[in-house]
Order: sequence, then structure tokens, then C-alpha cells
Amino acid sequence: MNKPNKVLILGSGALKIGEAGEFDYSGSQALKALKEEGIRTILINPNIATVQTSDNIADDVYFLPVTPYFVEEVIKKEQPDGILVAFGGQTALNCAVALYRAGVFEKYNVQVLGTPVQSIIDTEDRDIFKEKLEQIGVLSARSVAVTTMDDALAAAEKIGFPIIVRAAFALGGLGSGFANNMDELRTLAQKSFTTSDQILVEESLKGWKEVEYEVVRDAYDNCITVCNMENFDPIGIHTGESIVVAPSQTLSNREYHKLRSIGIKTIRHLGIVGECNIQYALDPVSEDYRVIEVNARLSRSSALASKATGYPLAFVAAKLSLGYSLAELKNSVTQTTSAFFEPALDYVVVKLPRWDLGKFEGVNRHIGSAMKSVGEVMAIGKSFEEAIQKGLRMLDTGKRGFVANRPEADLDNAAIDQLLSEPNEERIFAINNAFEAGYTIQQVHDLTKIDLWFLQRLLTIFELGNQLAAGRANGLDALENKLLRDVKRAGFSDQQIAVKLLGEGDVKADELLVRARRKALGVLPVIKQIDTLAAEFPAKTNYLYTTYHGTENDLTPETDKAVVVLGSGVYRIGSSVEFDWCGVQAVQTAAEEGYKTILINYNPETVSTDYDVSDRLYFEELSFERVMDILDFEQPEGVILSTGGQIPNNLATRLAAADAPILGTAPARIDEAENRHKFSSIMDELGIAQPRWKELTSLDAMFEFVGEVGYPVLIRPSYVLSGAAMNVVSNAFEMEAFLRAAAEVSAEYPVVVSEFMQEAKEIELDAVADKGEIVSYAISEHVEFAGVHSGDATMYYPPQRVYVGTVRKLKIIAEKIAKRFQISGPFNIQFLEKNREIRVIECNIRASRSFPFVSKVSGNNLIKKATQVLLGQNVTRDESERVYDLPFVGVKAPQFSFTRLPGADPVLRVDMVSTGEVGCLGDTAEEALLKSMLSVGYKIPQKTVLISGGPIKSKVTLLSAVELLVQKGYHIYATQGTHRFFAENNVPSSLLFWPDDHQEPNVLTYLKDKKIDLVINIPKNLSKGELDNDYKIRRTAVDFGVGLLTNARLAKAFIQAFCRLEMKALKIKSWNEYKAM
Amino acid sequence: MENAKSVKLVLEDGTEIEGTSFGAFTSAAGEVVFSTAMTGYPENLTDPSFAGQILVLTYPMVGNYGVPGEDLYESISKIFESDKIHIAGLVVNYYSEEHSHWNAAKSLGDWLAEYNIPGIFGVDTRMLTKKLREKGAMLGKIVAETDVPLHDPNLDNLVAQVSPAGVQHYGSGQHKIVLVDCGTKTNIIRCFLERDVELIRVPWDYDFTTLAYDGLFLSNGPGDPKMCEATIGHLQTALGQDKPIFGICLGSQLMGLAAGGDTFKLKYGHRSHNQPVKLTGTQHCYITSQNHGFAVDTATLPAEWDMLFENLNDGTCEGIKHKTKPFFSTQFHPEAAGGPQDTEFLFDDFLKAVGEYKAGK
Repeated sequence: MNKPNKVLILGSGALKIGEAGEFDYSGSQALKALKEEGIRTILINPNIATVQTSDNIADDVYFLPVTPYFVEEVIKKEQPDGILVAFGGQTALNCAVALYRAGVFEKYNVQVLGTPVQSIIDTEDRDIFKEKLEQIGVLSARSVAVTTMDDALAAAEKIGFPIIVRAAFALGGLGSGFANNMDELRTLAQKSFTTSDQILVEESLKGWKEVEYEVVRDAYDNCITVCNMENFDPIGIHTGESIVVAPSQTLSNREYHKLRSIGIKTIRHLGIVGECNIQYALDPVSEDYRVIEVNARLSRSSALASKATGYPLAFVAAKLSLGYSLAELKNSVTQTTSAFFEPALDYVVVKLPRWDLGKFEGVNRHIGSAMKSVGEVMAIGKSFEEAIQKGLRMLDTGKRGFVANRPEADLDNAAIDQLLSEPNEERIFAINNAFEAGYTIQQVHDLTKIDLWFLQRLLTIFELGNQLAAGRANGLDALENKLLRDVKRAGFSDQQIAVKLLGEGDVKADELLVRARRKALGVLPVIKQIDTLAAEFPAKTNYLYTTYHGTENDLTPETDKAVVVLGSGVYRIGSSVEFDWCGVQAVQTAAEEGYKTILINYNPETVSTDYDVSDRLYFEELSFERVMDILDFEQPEGVILSTGGQIPNNLATRLAAADAPILGTAPARIDEAENRHKFSSIMDELGIAQPRWKELTSLDAMFEFVGEVGYPVLIRPSYVLSGAAMNVVSNAFEMEAFLRAAAEVSAEYPVVVSEFMQEAKEIELDAVADKGEIVSYAISEHVEFAGVHSGDATMYYPPQRVYVGTVRKLKIIAEKIAKRFQISGPFNIQFLEKNREIRVIECNIRASRSFPFVSKVSGNNLIKKATQVLLGQNVTRDESERVYDLPFVGVKAPQFSFTRLPGADPVLRVDMVSTGEVGCLGDTAEEALLKSMLSVGYKIPQKTVLISGGPIKSKVTLLSAVELLVQKGYHIYATQGTHRFFAENNVPSSLLFWPDDHQEPNVLTYLKDKKIDLVINIPKNLSKGELDNDYKIRRTAVDFGVGLLTNARLAKAFIQAFCRLEMKALKIKSWNEYKAM
Repeated sequence: MENAKSVKLVLEDGTEIEGTSFGAFTSAAGEVVFSTAMTGYPENLTDPSFAGQILVLTYPMVGNYGVPGEDLYESISKIFESDKIHIAGLVVNYYSEEHSHWNAAKSLGDWLAEYNIPGIFGVDTRMLTKKLREKGAMLGKIVAETDVPLHDPNLDNLVAQVSPAGVQHYGSGQHKIVLVDCGTKTNIIRCFLERDVELIRVPWDYDFTTLAYDGLFLSNGPGDPKMCEATIGHLQTALGQDKPIFGICLGSQLMGLAAGGDTFKLKYGHRSHNQPVKLTGTQHCYITSQNHGFAVDTATLPAEWDMLFENLNDGTCEGIKHKTKPFFSTQFHPEAAGGPQDTEFLFDDFLKAVGEYKAGK
């Protein structure tokens, strides 16, 4: 074996739809595997919130874009002898293919470890792939690869409708879809050609079963399949959008092993070394099959398979790429048996996707062959019923499980049929509606093509719910041992039982009654281990789940002093990898402080759910019921819930009421900060200014309040009604429109209206306090003015344009707040500053999204400090002030996934819509900003910029930047008002007509013809308007892959940065080099 | 489930586990063993090697895809591994009473009932498996209404019970192979018939040395190999000659014994679809399907024999071969059914040896 000395690893950049936290997991595992070999590791990944970019994981980290230019620069500088390209998703793979084709690896003598790039190309190029399969007699869908529209239409003619269109080299099925006729095909193909030069026109296998295998192969041709998975949703729904079950449930031995053997044969033929995923369509009424695709890299499915089986796929794949054979590696769970084996599961795993489509204005809510989900959960049980009900709760969308959910509007049969036959986010709940309406499983199958076995299991849950409800007259007494066990085994929560048995009353109080009754009857969950071999061999595994299908715990409670850390749960917009970083830091700090660590989390895309991160990992729900079950069993010294974001934070009050040993700020204080009324009166008490606000229950009161504070105002319904989320309204007309959408404002459904400060600077403070005294803090500044959600904002750390006096005032306010709430642990305050007056927007007594960013840039790990405080260590106030001496700047920028959300209005507003973020470093703010913008996919425009400048204030803001563009030789296009404004200010620009003018030269034509390199479109008003001209420009820009900016301040900063700095001026400096400055 | 009846599983160490009956509501005794295979219950239950055993499945949901209807091919079952269910009883965590599969003809419970085999579900099979792993396979019984005594099937000549009474002929290929049926799985027959073979299937104690044949095959089968004295005797004669010999599972153990080695009982056996084996002296590894409670003791092998495959998990013997003659065996099941099909090429290797033998004769 010829082991390399220095290896470069490509990360996947910001989290986006189709490429999320799973690559933090796979990259971290690969780095660990190389480190164990004494190999020096270099990581390129601008995603600063990840665990893999933390201290002591890679030897050197570059927070730079994963693009051919930057990767080549890093190679030039670092001279690695090997590179790993399979651990950073499609981003890393595409980058590697480009570098390979450009001969860069050869030029610098860098060996691609693991699967050869040519094999990757063979799997990604549909034509070559099909040919490869044909060579070994393996079937794939009949299809034709085309590069022109005419050829696409001809191909469809030959194959016959319905057909599916796929774009080559695309992540998560981007640019894919079904077409039933020529018109649909034309629309779809046009879009696909914008993301890929080649598309595939293919026979549709809608309704077939979708089955996947994870295959591992070493350089000696030894091959195993680690896991197979069956999609609950048949072909037609992207596997990332499907409910997925592992192992397969409805396949006979013949089917299972036929597909397994084909997988092995295929992977051998393709020459993959490491890990890959093969997807099949399986005919539901015969053994006929088609291979759909092979992903020659670690994928979302492989992360899921790793967590589902306990087999560390990414770790093993990294070792295999160094030339080890599978037989030489040990099974890291048993530590005695070989890694050359196939896990046997004695449980079932169900993965469910989480969507956040409700956040997007105008988005198409249909679920299909392209990915739209933003996160996923994995539930473990010993029956499908148990696992799926756990999983539905884990999604954290307010559902209690498959049944006993909050009553919603009745659906008629036509509506049910539509929800069942046209896949959507709510389809599984529509199955419950169908059962209630008396549908048979056969009828549901006819509409959904979901296998009858799965539907039968759901029907079992439904019937058990009815059985509970039938005992309602007897209340809790109806809950005898047998029925209770049956429903718990079918995954019913205490809350579901309470609702079915006692009705929709005070559900939380009733839940406690059920819990007490259940414990009195001795019906408790048992704790089981995941050991990869179904108990065949003893294993020292700490990977745990709970089930009611059992009588014996696999282990005894932890006897050493232990602390429980609650993870962050499902990734969704507003909470993702940054909280996993916080959780992992908390666990590691607790371990350093001598505690045994017990982590609870259920997200398969995380590092925290690697079983070697904590001493015990409960892959379980973060619900009051389950957390209490675990606390009852383990009896730890304390529970940390302030590092996992909002899900664990929301449990504080209930856990405290149940006497759980919560560490840190008292839950009553947390509640005071979370409750708007309490918080506001406390701010008044402390003499701290806030934007004025009121909770209002009538329309008259709303207009009266607006009369006081003036427009614009921010409106938040406290109960989210359809189509009425948080919004800003600027005038009476918009207010009326909003109220029409909100449908109801009443005592039961109050609305919070607050004063909306325009042109106010937003500043954040992330801090740690110990018994009310701040011991460490970091202040960061938004580039955008207030009005853009802090999760969508671009941030400088340290602040660049904040007066020292302002900082002093902020600190004084923060100190008052910390003292008043007696904060112990992490917290975050958001401030507004306008005319040197400071107002507090909100205070979260928990770690915030920006903790990893400020911790890494400052070199002051706030979570480590917070955890030490939580564990009662003496932490003295540090020198956080020194940060102003930092000789470099960090910029955090949001990543948007609008390309994946057809129809969604790509604009920044008060509600968060970004799916991820990056953080880059630079010697100057401009350099850091430019690097981070390039990292989230912006490109420096070649020649042309379109400006549609919005209100006069933003036009003024942009003026100097546009002058700079002109000086730099850019050609400016502008829409009418902006064109006139520029002319008045002697800035040359060419007029383009608005979309609705239907006149050439038209903006849309120029966008579609790729005559524009960058679009700056500033919305004219603050409200979520109808889908107008501006929307059309924004959406077309996104659909045709043109960079889009919708905030004048950010646009100005970006323009200044790329006009003043050339690519060559962006320094290729590692994190260590910055630290050493 | 409607009309659910309680039954219990009783182990020789006194453990009693309550559960719910499915299949036949009757009592049965046997040796309690576990299998970690996740699919393939129609194949497993009809595998004669399970004769006399109460089978615990560690995979928690069983019966999902029902049981296919019978379909014959060359007068043997196309789907099942013999013509009846061989297990004494079945123990599972969760029984899918309602099944779903395009080729299912009946439910698992109905099928068990047809052969009067009891099943029990609602059992913490992981707890049971750990017990069997720690204490070793033990005797047990499923008790419905009337109690039955414990019974050790390894004291019976199980092979004599499952081996056929007479000689049968299949196929008309160019290689004439004698299959000594100690309880063969039908997929072994299918594997031969797909490969240009004329097969003569003979009972376990039949004196095949009197037959004209090109190659000898020794099948799998249940119980202690030392019970098969007659087979071992005939085999010793064959080992004195040069015709290729191939043995699977029990056949491998018989070869070890006939060669002069010894066999021993494993603590709890290998019953799964994920057993890793390595071809000794190479980097080649295979995932195999296994079902055995006894193994060849490698240390007792005579000098002219080598270990052919080794189990990567526990180092036990997974097959032997003669250093100079075309005799080899595997402890695992290259014919799979159920389980992985990665080693089916061994049938080709055997027939190649047969061809070479014939060419060199």
C-alpha cells in the first residue's frame, strides 16, 4: 500500500436543498479515517457552521469556494499528493470532474484516491452509463440522451408518453420532471437545458417500487451491500422526497438478492472503489427491474444507511481509498468482527423528509422527481407502525403522529382523491382522511400506488386509534394493560392516547395523566442497542433506541456522573448544521470536564448522531415524553437544552415542571424571554427601548395602533393561518390585502403588530453569561438594513461600521438583560440601531445560529465557555473586547435554494428563506465578502448588469456602485424608472422593457438569451406582493441561472468588492494562517 | 388480532415467555436456534437442515410478503427448498397477518397451520437471541394447550428422517453427478440442472460407489454429522479414488470426518445471510448464506487437507480442500436461497474439475 502523506478533501459548501448536513457527516468521518493513518489533511469548505471545519479535525481548513479556480489555487499552494472527491456531494464531484478534464490533477501530480474520476464520469454521463450497463446485460430504462430541443421531442415521439426528463450532472434531481405531452416536454426541457448541456428523455416507470442498495467495493474487488432501502412512495417521487424504509419490507428473498447481485455486478464493472449507491425501479407485479442510477460517491442515502445500520460507510470508504481491503478493517461496532460483512438489522428504520414550502411565496407545492425538502428525520422501531409514528412527530410540524392530530377542515372525497393522487407534503395525512372517509386500502393504493403492506400498517394504526376512542366514556380506566401495550407498540405517544381517550382538551395536562397511568401499569419502553449483527455477537455499542416491543433493556443506566445533551432535531429553514455544531461542542466540552455524555437526537444528516461522538447516543424523539423516559432511566446529573436551538428550548418549562435537572438559566426566566408580553414589560422595567408593538384582537385596534406608530408595520399572526405568515405592510391598501388573506383576527387568533424601523442597522450579540454576569461575547453586524431576517442576512464579524459608543451601549444593555434574567449559559440579543438609538428586538436564551461563525472567526469558542458555565465551572470574564484588534474579517453569507423551488419568489424579507450559509475570511471586509458571495454561487459578472432599482432610496444607495461598474467597463441595463434615474445622474444605461410591456428589448428575452450576467432587482415595497413584474424578473433570473441580488445594501457591497478586487487578489490563506496573524 | 390465543415459549433453563399464537395452535419441542436473515422465510422454513429446530427470527417483522404458491420445475419445487416445512416451530417479534406480494398465495400463518407447525409472536426476540448467544443453543418448546416434553433432535438421526427413500434421476446433461441427499435444498438441484448435468439423487446411506458417475456431490442436512456413519463409510471409498467431490454444509463436515478429521458443535451456530468468509491465502472475501450448528475442527485435518475458506468473524472452518485431488467443500451455501448468491461460481468450479477429470481419464 502506497499511502499518501498529504490529502486534500473537498467539502460541499453551504447547505442547500439536495445537499445538506449529510456531507458534514461524511467529510468528518473521512478526515477521522485519514488522521488515524497519520496523513496530513487539508479541507476546502466555506461552510463555517460545520463540525468538519472545527479545530482539530482537519490539519488545515480553507474557507473558500469549492470551485475549480480555488481548488486549483489550493493545490498549487499546498501540493497535496492525494485528493478525496467523493465526500463533498455533487458540488465536490462536479468540481473534481472539471479539474480532471482540465488536467489539473495530472499537472500537480495529485492522485485521486478511491473511485477513479473516469468511473465517476461513466456514471454521470447517461449515455456512457447506459452503454456500460448494456455491456453486462443489466437493464436500464429505455431512454435517449439529447442536447437539443428538437432531438428531445423526437426522442419522446419514439419512446412514447408519459416520459421523464433528467438533467445530467445535477444534484438532487435538479431540472428533472415528468411530461405527459409535447407541450409539457418543451417547457421542462427548456428549463433542464439551463442547468445541463445534456438531458435524458426516458420511459416513465411511475408506480414501480423504488429500491436502493448501498454498495461498498475495495481495490481487491471484494464487494458488499451494506443496506437496502425501499421507498414507501413509488417511482416518480425523488428518493429525497420519499418516505424510505430500511431494510426493504415487501421484497421477497428472490427480489432482494436479484437486485443485490445486479448491484454488485454493476459496481464491479464500473470499477468503483469505496462507496456508492445504486437505485432500481422494481415492477410491483413481476421480477422485472430497471437500474435508475448509480451515485459514485457518498450520498444522502449513504448517510442514512450508515445511521440505519451502524456501519460507518464514509469512514470505511476513506480507508478503502487508501488501499486497504475490507477484510483488513474491523467492524467498529463490535470491534472484533470484520468490516467485510453485511449488517443484519433487528429493527426497522423509517426516514421521512421535512419540507418548508409554506415559507415560500408562489412555490409549486407538488412533490415529484426533483427535491424540495430541506431536512429529514430517521425513526427506529421494531414495527413499521412504531417507527413511522415516531418519525411523523420528529418532523416537528405540529403533528402528533399518523392519527389524533389537531382537527382541520373536513375534506370531501374529491379533495382526498386529489391529495392522494397528486403527491404533496401532506399526502400521508390524507391517507388518514381517506380511512376516516371509509376508503379501503385497495382504494388508497389505486390512487397512490403505495404498496398495500404499508397501507395495511397505517390502517392498523387508524383502527387502534378508533379502539382507544371507543373507550372514551370510561376515560383513563379504559386504558388496560393489553390495549395500552398494543397502542404503544404501534407508536402512539402519550399525547395521542390522551387525545383519543380524553378528547381535544388540555392535551399537555392529559398527557401527564396518561403517562402516570402508563407508569402505574408498568408499561415502559425498553432500551435496545444497534449492533450491526442483530445480537449474534456481543458488541460494546452505545447506539441506542427505545421500543415497546420488548421486555428487557440491553443495558443498565450510566453510573458515572453523566450529562444529557439534547440535539437540534430535524433540519429546517432556520435551524440546521449550526446547532449540530453547538451540540457536538457541548458534548466534547462535557467529556473534557470529566462527564459521561448522553446525546439525544434523531437527525441522520448530523455528526452528533455518530455513535463515537458521545458515550451514549439515543437516536430518539426530542419530545417531553421520550426525553423524560430517558432521564427517568439514566438519572443524569444534568440536562443541557440550550445548545440545540428551538426544539429543546421549547421543552424547558415542561421538563422543569417534571423536575428534570436542567442546567443553566432557570426555565421560568427562559419563558419570560420567550413570552412577548413578559419580555416587553421587563424591557420597560429595565428602561430598554424596543420597537413599539401590541397584540391586537380586532381590526379597529389595529388601525388605531398604526395611527400611533405609522406605516410600515410588521404583522405576525400568533396562529399561522394559511397564506398569512409574518409580513410587513406599508400602507392601508396592503393592510387590507393582508387582512383579507388572514381571514380572521379575534381574541382567539390575535395578531401582533410592531413598529417597523426602516434604514435601521441590525446588530447581534452572541454571549455567554454565568449567573447573570457576561463572561464572553461577540458582536456582529448585518450588511443589510433591518427587514431581512437575521438568518438571511450577510454578517460582518467583527463589526465594520458600528461606532464604539454604540458597542458600549449594547454591552450595557446586554449586561442588564443578563442580570435580570440571571442567565447562565449561551444567549443572543438582536438590536436595531438608528441615529445612535438602540432598540432590542429580541433575546433568545440559548445558542443562536451565529455561534459557530463568531466562535470560529474570533477563535473564542463560545459554546465551550457556555458548557463550562452550565457544568458549574468557574469561568472568568475573558478579553472578548480584543476582537476589535482582529487583523482579519469574517463574513457570513446565506445560501438560497430558489432554483429548486419552482415558482418561489426569490426575495429577502422578514421571514427566513435561506437553507444554509458560508463564512469566509479576508484581510479586508471586501475580500471576505467577495469570497463568501462566490461561495454561495454568485459569479463575478463578465460584461453586463441589469438594474431594476426599486424605490428612490435604494436607487440612491446603488448609484455610486453603478458608477463604479461603468468605470470598470460594464454595460448597464436598466428598467424604465431606474434608466431615467441613471440618466438624470449622468450614468449611461440601456433601457429594457418590463416583462408586462411585451415590447422588445424586453428584460425576459435578455435573461433567457443569457445576455445579462447579474440581476439587481430591488422590490418596490416591503410586503409579500402579488407575483408581478419584479417577480417575473427575479424568477426568470433564477430559472436561467443568472445571479440575483434583491437588497440594495448587499448589492452595493458586492459590486464594490468585485470592482475593487480581482480574483487573483483573493488570498489563498488557511484558517491557521489567519489565526497566526 | 381477532381471536388471538396465548401460547408460551419454554426453554430448558426455565425461561418462560408469553406470546400470541399464529400458524397451528399446537405444542412442539425442539432445539431453539436463531437466524439473523432479514428475508427468505419461505426458503428457510423448508430447508431440511432446520429439521427439529424451533427457529427464532431476529428480524422483527415477518410474514410481510406472504408465501408463494407451489410451482414445479423438473418435478422439484421451483420456489421452496423441499416439499414441506421442516422447522418444529417459529418465534417472531411481530407477525404481519396481512401480507402483500404479487406472487403470494397464502399467509405465513395459514401455511404453518397447513403443516401443523406452531408459531408464536410478541416475543422479545433480541432478548431471546442474547440468551441463546450467551448460553448456547438450547432445548425448548412452544406450549399451546397441552404440554409436551423437551426433546433433543441432535440425538435423532435427523438425516435419515429427511433423506428420500429411493433414487431419482434429473436432467440429461453431459456430466453425470451423484448427489447424496442428506436433506438437500432444492436450489442445489436447480443449480446443477442449469449447468449441463445429469443428476442422480440417492438416499444418504445409499452405496453410490456402485454407480457409474463423473462427480460426487454431498448435500447439506440437519443435525450431528457423526450420525451419518453409512455416508462417511461410502465417502471414504470415494476419497480413495480421483473423481471430483464437492460438499456443502453437512456435506463439508462429512468430508472432514471421512478424511480423518473431527467435527464439533458450535455454541450457537451460524444462521444468517451475512457471514463473511475468506478464500485462504488470497484477499478474496465473500458474503455467504449459512445454516449450521456443527463445524470441522481445522486442527484435526490430516496433512493432505487444507482449509479452503475461513470465517472472518470467528475464524472457524468454512470449507476444506484436498491438496492434490479435486475434492473440496464449503460450510456455507453457494446455492443461497435464501441469501446472497456471490459464491454460486463454485458449482462451475466443480463442474470444471469434473470436465478436467473426464478429459484426463
